Amino acid sequence: MQVPYTVNTRNDTGLYNAKLGIWLFLSSEVMLFGALFSSYILLRVGADTWPHGYEHLNIPLGTINTAVLITSSVTMVMAWASLMMKDFKKYRRYLGTTILLALVFLVIKGFEYAAKFEHGLYPSTSTYFGIYFTLTGLHGLHVIGGIIVNAYFWGPGSRMWKTDPDRLTHRIEVAGLYWHFVDIVWIFLFPTLYLL
Amino acid sequence: MIGVQYGITALLFLLFGFSLMILMRWQLAYPGQPIPFIGSWFGDANAPGGIMLPEFYNQLGAMHGTIMVFLGVVPLAVGAFGNYVVPLQIGAPDMAFPKLNMMSYWSYFLGGVTMLSSFFVPGGAANSGWTSYAPLATIATTGQTFWLCGMVFLITSSLLGSINFIVTIVQLRAKGLTFMRLPFFVWAQLVTSFLLLLAFPPLEAASVLQLMDRLLGTSFFLPSGLVVAGQQLHVSGGGTPILWQHLFWFLAHPEVYVLILPAMGIVAEIIANNTRKPLWGYKSMVYSTIFLGFMSFIVWAHHMFMTGMGTVISAFFQTTTMIISIPSVIILTALLLSLYGGSIRFTTPMLFATAFLPMFGIGGLTGLPLGLAPSDIHLHDTYYVIGHFHYVVAPGTLFALFAGVYYWFPKVTGRRMNDILGRIHFFGSFIFINGIFMPMFIEGLAGVSRRLYDGGQQYAHAQGVLHWNVFMSISAFCLFFFQFFFIVNFFWSLWKGKKVNSDNPWEATTLEWDTPTPPPHGNFIKPLEVFRGPYEYSVPGKAKDYVPQTEPEEV
Amino acid sequence: MSEAHSLEDIKNQVRRYITVFVALLTLTIITVTVSYFHLSVVPAIIVAMFIASIKGTLVASYFMHLISERKLIFFVLILTGTFFLALMTLPVAHHADRGGII
Repeated sequence: MQVPYTVNTRNDTGLYNAKLGIWLFLSSEVMLFGALFSSYILLRVGADTWPHGYEHLNIPLGTINTAVLITSSVTMVMAWASLMMKDFKKYRRYLGTTILLALVFLVIKGFEYAAKFEHGLYPSTSTYFGIYFTLTGLHGLHVIGGIIVNAYFWGPGSRMWKTDPDRLTHRIEVAGLYWHFVDIVWIFLFPTLYLL
Repeated sequence: MIGVQYGITALLFLLFGFSLMILMRWQLAYPGQPIPFIGSWFGDANAPGGIMLPEFYNQLGAMHGTIMVFLGVVPLAVGAFGNYVVPLQIGAPDMAFPKLNMMSYWSYFLGGVTMLSSFFVPGGAANSGWTSYAPLATIATTGQTFWLCGMVFLITSSLLGSINFIVTIVQLRAKGLTFMRLPFFVWAQLVTSFLLLLAFPPLEAASVLQLMDRLLGTSFFLPSGLVVAGQQLHVSGGGTPILWQHLFWFLAHPEVYVLILPAMGIVAEIIANNTRKPLWGYKSMVYSTIFLGFMSFIVWAHHMFMTGMGTVISAFFQTTTMIISIPSVIILTALLLSLYGGSIRFTTPMLFATAFLPMFGIGGLTGLPLGLAPSDIHLHDTYYVIGHFHYVVAPGTLFALFAGVYYWFPKVTGRRMNDILGRIHFFGSFIFINGIFMPMFIEGLAGVSRRLYDGGQQYAHAQGVLHWNVFMSISAFCLFFFQFFFIVNFFWSLWKGKKVNSDNPWEATTLEWDTPTPPPHGNFIKPLEVFRGPYEYSVPGKAKDYVPQTEPEEV
Repeated sequence: MSEAHSLEDIKNQVRRYITVFVALLTLTIITVTVSYFHLSVVPAIIVAMFIASIKGTLVASYFMHLISERKLIFFVLILTGTFFLALMTLPVAHHADRGGII
């Protein structure tokens, strides 16, 4: 017997397995980033002095990155919508754009990090920089993870369109949920670190 | 079968963790005496001339706790019993995400290898307690880095596993199996999985932060002006060790409910089966378990009463802690009342399951003075604490897990374990496990601190109770001896155990007994439908004294 | 979500996505602009978190389809949110109640 409800939804829950699975995973991620935000709060409250974000971080670059991620969220959901409308070519274009935008985000972040290192500012410099690098670093790792997953679905994974199109559509929806979460984390990270 | 893999690995880790404690108990009874027979195995860095160094004692202590909790009990209770029994009890062909399940197991395995290998690095294994408090853990030897990496693997394994369990239980129940018809064991695993899912990530974050403090020179947990061995530490400071404590205990408190809930689940199944009557108060038990799971997230700072905590926060956590004892009592009472009026069959699993009840009772009751700050002032970090939590986990959870092995062994292998060896194992273990842990309350009340490598020898206030150390150690050695009855029984029965003549040798009602022995790929040979609750024993008017869940109603 | 989606449904959804996109960009500009006023710490945090919450809710409701999602998912999220709040507030409350020592 095959594991049921991988594509079809179960009647009483209205869900297919991977959708419940990804929301559970995202809940655990909320707690993971939550722990770091909680650390940020405790460290800031306990510090004698704490710099404002604008003293150390480049707000225009951060704003651009915010716009980049938001746009990538739109293209991601459009990729899913394209599959729902059975338009495979559009799906690949939107998903490809999502991946490109994610890479742009990383490049900009790379510039920011490089600038910090050049000025001798490292995680060990102060608890402000410690938590800045950790929060953005962990977020960055999640962006990389998303790029890898999306690249797989853009490339070899997209072959599933021929054999099991509904299942691929579900997988893109699930990948999209993950990607939107990454976007939401940044939506909170950006003001916390850059603007306050 | 992943459940079996988890089971064998976990049992091996339990034995190893137990062995570490046997070494410790030698040192505690006979401080400074060379370890007999095997003293030369540990090398000069740990035990020159066979005499245990304090540094080695600390390694044993930290790793005993870590291994028993994270590599032994939870993988056995959740990874082994959960993976094997839950899909069967809900009529599912497999777990929802089989490949993810495999990744969970190998992540656990990698975590275990990392932890074990830490014994062989310079400075030995982690030695800052299983609680790894900053700043001690931050400046500790290399083994601590291994501990942190090992924890990351183990936490990942748990997270993937918990997602699997929740989706499986929610989505893959057989037709007719509503939530209130689930065996209590499945409810216990469901709530346990939510605890693992939501409580572990903060410790994962904290482990990364501590790794950064150790390897990148950050100061998340290091306050300003810290002086080590007379030298000011060259870090930025500005952090706080209290942050580590919050993040650690945010997990570690729900973790103790992870340790106990599956055990309660196993005991419930065995009691219903061996009293031939339904569980008393099934609904109360289910709601109590859910409430317990919820409350477990907001009691954690009762492990931090001694951090200079103010009265308002202390009152908050004392209150939540007292409240959380209520569902535990309800569950224990329901299990006790389930015995009343039953036709009790004292099979070997039933012996362990019944013994669980008063043992957990002692463990739970001794927790109360720890959960109240005024008494905790005297009792914190003493042997009283060790006695309390061991009562819950050792004659508590471990007994329940043994019960589970004896109970489900015929399902997995088609053979029974030997009854005589089982009873010897039980009586020997029961006597000597109490011999180890009961005197700890006495020592604790006298003020003997925990984690002292010489068992309190140097303290005047300990002198009157020190003789208990010898008593406890001898009990420990005897307990260790009686485990051989289990080990021999286990392996002998695999090949030579009495074969069962039916798929349902215990005459049980739940779905796992409705499948061939051992279950084939896909678990069930025909699609199932469930018609009734899980404990329809001794139903008036029926021919047999049990009605399986899947038996169709008579027309 | 494998309820039958007509092309009309999806086209409406797409229109909603674009609207939300514009809203998100606008809110980003607002939050950055407000930051230039250099409000004092507490009002700054309240305003910034309030705007971020609206943005997060929009992404969750529309891009993640939460607005039409099943009860079970909501239940999981509310549970998570409760514990998240506990993790945000209790440690700092503990710190405040310690009489200000680090």
